[in-house]
Amino acid sequence: MSEPNKYETVVGLEVHVELHTNSKIFCGCSTAFGAPPNTHTCPVCLGHPGVLPVLNRQAVEYAMKAAMAINCQIADISKFDRKNYFYPDSPKAYQISQFDQPIGEHGWVDIEVNGETKRIGITRLHLEEDAGKLTHVDGGYASLVDFNRVGTPLIEIVSEPDIRTPEEAKAYLEKIKAIMQYCDVSDVKMEEGSLRCDANISLRPYGQKEFGTRAELKNMNSFRGVQRGLEYEQFRQAEILDSGGEVIQETRRFDDALGKSFSMRGKEEAHDYRYFPDPDLVRLHISEDWKQSVRATIPELPDARKARYTTDYNLPSYDAEVITSSKKLADFFEESLSYTKDAKAVSNWIMGDLLGYLNANGQEISDVKITGQGLGEMIGLLEKGTISGKIAKTVFKAMLDTGKLPLQIVEEQGLVQISDEGAIAAIVNQIVDANPQSVEDYRAGKEKAIGFLVGQIMKETKGKANPALVNKLLLERLK
Amino acid sequence: MSISPKDVEHVAKLARLELSDPEKEQFTEQLNAILKYAEKLNSLDTENVEPTSHVLPITNVMREDVQRPSLPIEKVLLNAPDEEDGQFKVPAVLE
Repeated sequence: MSEPNKYETVVGLEVHVELHTNSKIFCGCSTAFGAPPNTHTCPVCLGHPGVLPVLNRQAVEYAMKAAMAINCQIADISKFDRKNYFYPDSPKAYQISQFDQPIGEHGWVDIEVNGETKRIGITRLHLEEDAGKLTHVDGGYASLVDFNRVGTPLIEIVSEPDIRTPEEAKAYLEKIKAIMQYCDVSDVKMEEGSLRCDANISLRPYGQKEFGTRAELKNMNSFRGVQRGLEYEQFRQAEILDSGGEVIQETRRFDDALGKSFSMRGKEEAHDYRYFPDPDLVRLHISEDWKQSVRATIPELPDARKARYTTDYNLPSYDAEVITSSKKLADFFEESLSYTKDAKAVSNWIMGDLLGYLNANGQEISDVKITGQGLGEMIGLLEKGTISGKIAKTVFKAMLDTGKLPLQIVEEQGLVQISDEGAIAAIVNQIVDANPQSVEDYRAGKEKAIGFLVGQIMKETKGKANPALVNKLLLERLK
Repeated sequence: MSISPKDVEHVAKLARLELSDPEKEQFTEQLNAILKYAEKLNSLDTENVEPTSHVLPITNVMREDVQRPSLPIEKVLLNAPDEEDGQFKVPAVLE
């Protein structure tokens, strides 16, 4: 086992994001996910001879918008190049991509890890077409090819090697996802492949300037998978270096189920893509006016919202980061605030009960029925004393499942808090009379005994008694 | 700049072509002749000329993001060497 902190880890990420245009980047076929195989294909995306690609304006504008949102400089002149390779997922035997004139360059995003903000540089963002999907059959001797995904517009975002830990890598990926989601350029669903991530990772002794030999890690299919894959690779490379060996420059595939990576191909077979300008696609001139019109469509981004939540609502930085990491969650938060002024309470319910429930069930806010209005109104009912904190938990769960508003749930299930002094006093008397031993214990100085009595009263009222009143009346009775 | 038989082997491998030794020799010669001919361009002064990626004097040819009908699946698979479940079936390429 390697000593910790002997090596510094250096990571750069390549993130692919599918743009959710209606049609493909170079033809009119649909980009919808999940259609029967090869039903979204035509002579252009099938690479038939003599066809001509025509660029989808929306794809260019989404790419520009995404590049601006990660603080890239937008090119004045951009072009498309052919990346040549033979593989059955690519019918033309080349992928239309961008080589030396990408849409955007020199960007950055800020991430927060362990309470500290760190800036990660973005080398470039370019536009390209996606490849098809292979399914291996016949014991691995044959492949079935579905070309539906071929030609789906894709942006590739390449980071600088600024990432130092697997945790930072995960935070970076989550930030990219959030920004793309806010910009509304992609569905960014890792499980559907609309967000994908490869990593370059190397180790070097602390203090060394030159980077170590890197491995490229592929096939990390979840945010957790990215972190786990990098953790494993860190460990693997440290072991090699410790034993005096050399890390080989190669591509490795991460197997999430086994938690290990495996060599795919070494550097000696490294690709020679022979990029050259695609003669079928003329150059793009991106004017200042065009840039301005796209820039105007960028909404408030996660960092700006986070800053607003910490200053306007006094949320802790961590809570604001978590809530703004998902646009839907942040929208939910803000909707709640139309129904209550208590932002801290809303945040606490989101951070605790809501995210606790969602994380435990592997769900997102869009998978449950609760509305921001529901949560806001429920907090109002708590403030007014209509329901107790305990009842609120029941109401909250019912809102998750049914989406009903709290007042309706309270009425239907008879959950209104009992705040009538007379009614509570009667129950207090009943419980005190029935438990003489506890009363004696309390009077003998055992403070704990009062907890038992309160518990009995709450049980008798099915949790509906106003806890403050119960305490007050019980103490009075026991005097 | 000149082309060696090793370069020809490399390019042939990238193009998945199998060449015999006489062919390698022949293509080395031919490719060198082509390069030599192109070398004439070096006599021109291109100091202030932007590299040309396209010869057409037009830019920004784009279409709106509108769906058009795809091919019916029977037509899609007409050129398939083999098919299964509406998909092209090909020998597996192991990475």
